[in-house]
Amino acid sequence: MKRTRSKLKLAGSCDTPWATIDFCSCLHKARQVEENVLTACQQHHFSESDIFAIKLALEEALVNACKHGNKMDPTKHVKVQFRVTDQRADVAVEDEGPGFNPGELPDPTIEENLEMSHGRGILLMRAYMSSVVFNPTGNKVTLTKFNDAYSPATSNSAALG
Amino acid sequence: MAQEPARLKITRTGDTVQVEFTSRKILDEANIADIGEQLSAIVEKEERPKIIISFAAVDHLSSAALGTLITINNKVKQKSGQLRLSDINPQIYEVFLITKLNKLFRIYPTVKDAQDSLQPA
Repeated sequence: MKRTRSKLKLAGSCDTPWATIDFCSCLHKARQVEENVLTACQQHHFSESDIFAIKLALEEALVNACKHGNKMDPTKHVKVQFRVTDQRADVAVEDEGPGFNPGELPDPTIEENLEMSHGRGILLMRAYMSSVVFNPTGNKVTLTKFNDAYSPATSNSAALG
Repeated sequence: MAQEPARLKITRTGDTVQVEFTSRKILDEANIADIGEQLSAIVEKEERPKIIISFAAVDHLSSAALGTLITINNKVKQKSGQLRLSDINPQIYEVFLITKLNKLFRIYPTVKDAQDSLQPA
C-alpha cells in the first residue's frame, strides 16, 4: 500500500495536507484505510456519533470501489485521499471502474423496492455525511463530514458552497 | 486488521430459534456471507421457521449485512415462517429507519417482546 502526502486543496478549505493511500482492490486493505481515517477523526475530537457515521459511509464507499468499481480485480487500484481537521473530515475514494450515474439508482426506500437485497450504500452515505459528491464519471466520490462538536450547523453550507 | 470470525449463538426454546450475534461489527464480507449461510441453514431445517435475531451485541453493520437479513426474511416468508429482530441499539435502529427497513422487519425492544409477538404455528 503506497502512502504519500500531497497539497491538494478544496475551495474554502484550510492548508492541512491531504494524505493519499493507494491500494489494490482488497477489502482487508480497505479496512486498514478505514482505520487510518477513523484514527485521524478521533485525534481531532469528532464525536462518537460522527465516528459511527464516517465509518458507515466510508465502509460503503470503499466496498463500492473494490466490488462494483474494480470488480475485485487485484490489478486495479483504489485511491483514497483524506484530510481531517478539527472542523471537518474529507475523504475521496476513486476506483478504476467505468463509473456510474448515481441518479439512475432505484430508490431503495419505496415500498416496491424494500425487499431488494442491495442498493442502500449510497442512501446511507448521503444520510450520514454532510456532503456526498460524485465526479461526472461516477468513479470517484468525495465524502465530507463536519465536526458538529466544533462548528455550528449554520456554517456548514457556507463552507461547502 | 482481520475482523473476529462471525459467530452466532443459536438456542432453541420450543419451536422458536433464537439467534444472537456475537460479533460487534457485521461488516466483513466473509463474515456476512458466513452469517447468511448459517441463517439460511436454520431456515431450511425448519418447516415453518420462527426465528428471533438479537442485535444486543452489535454496534456496527453495513448495507451488505442488511442485504443478508433481507434475503433471510424472504426465505422465512417463503416458508410461511416468522422472523423477528430485537435488542437493536438506537444508532443501529437509525440505519433501519433511514433505509425504511423498519417497515419490512418486525422489530421489538427485547427478545421477550419478540417471543410474545410470535403467532402459534
